[in-house]
Amino acid sequence: MVSGGTSKDLSPKQMDALREAGNIGAGNASIALSQMVGKKVGLSVPRASLLPLASVTGLAGGPEVPVAGIYMRIKGDCPGSILLLLEREGALSLADLMITPGMSDDDDMAVRRSALEETGSILSGAYLNSLGELTGLFFKPSVPGFAMDMAGAILEHVLVDVAEFEDYVLVVETDFKISGKLIHGHLVLFPDLGALGAILERLGVPFE
Amino acid sequence: MSDVESVGVAELKGSDDSRVLASYGLGSCVAVAMYDPLRKVGGLAHVMLPESRGTDSEEIPGKFADIAVSRLVEKLVQLGARRTGLRCKIAGGSKMFDIPGNNQWAANSPHTHIGARNVEGIKRELERLRIPLVGEDIGGNYGRSIKFDTSTGEVEVKSIYHGISSI
Repeated sequence: MVSGGTSKDLSPKQMDALREAGNIGAGNASIALSQMVGKKVGLSVPRASLLPLASVTGLAGGPEVPVAGIYMRIKGDCPGSILLLLEREGALSLADLMITPGMSDDDDMAVRRSALEETGSILSGAYLNSLGELTGLFFKPSVPGFAMDMAGAILEHVLVDVAEFEDYVLVVETDFKISGKLIHGHLVLFPDLGALGAILERLGVPFE
Repeated sequence: MSDVESVGVAELKGSDDSRVLASYGLGSCVAVAMYDPLRKVGGLAHVMLPESRGTDSEEIPGKFADIAVSRLVEKLVQLGARRTGLRCKIAGGSKMFDIPGNNQWAANSPHTHIGARNVEGIKRELERLRIPLVGEDIGGNYGRSIKFDTSTGEVEVKSIYHGISSI
């Protein structure tokens, strides 16, 4: 059973529209990231999929993979969640790219943490801005939450927010890579299924 | 421990053939490991939320504490466990994020401290069904993985920050 009764009926056309929206959002986010670190950023073709709860915790390569997660709830016209996942070693390298040398020693996790929160905030902001421009809808992200731990534990938290009344979760994912560095990231948008009608209508593919 | 079978979010599985059941990367969810040590029957539920509020479904038998615990009992009895010989261990129920003014633990949120409420919901059900809770590894702000040997009742708990222990 899926509450709202619509999410399971998403047509291929609607999934394409969501993927394209994700593409535009991620494109904008990658420009922001590239400016931040002064390096080229490569992007994968985004994927949009409807997943059962038990599959969601495997999104970042497996539930036990150590990652940094930067998480924001989205309020406004189309509520949902947005999560930036970075493989742990890559996350630390990315933080170091952003920290002025000499500003902190290697053990200073607090400085790295705030650099990563900032990264998540800027990427998600850029992503949601272009989604807002595309749809004319208002997306307001919360302040970021941060955790460095098993990917599954982080994704469970998101599930509680987006799937209290759902058995399925809609995810729009993009992978990115910073050139010349072993930094791989994963940006995932989780629209609340109950609010999906609004965004699909603006994308020109409303529920019949 | 061999022949490990994974029990994902909201799933529930039982075993009468000495299998090892596992839940990986538990955050606010709670793994409920129940067994009859004499009959060597055990089962695991990966509970995500405390209350079903009428949204329960057979497809996702382990999602809600208020339904998963009694479903687990039924399952084990079907597999040959003694209703009065059941014991239980739980692990998980942590708090992974703390987002100021905008999180699952904000005072006005329906999600207020969901990990702790999952644990409470499970304990309430265990008490109601008179099943002894003989071990727990809960709370904190870190993720856990568990492996549950259904033939012995042993639960191995692993985390990135606190290593491996056994309950």
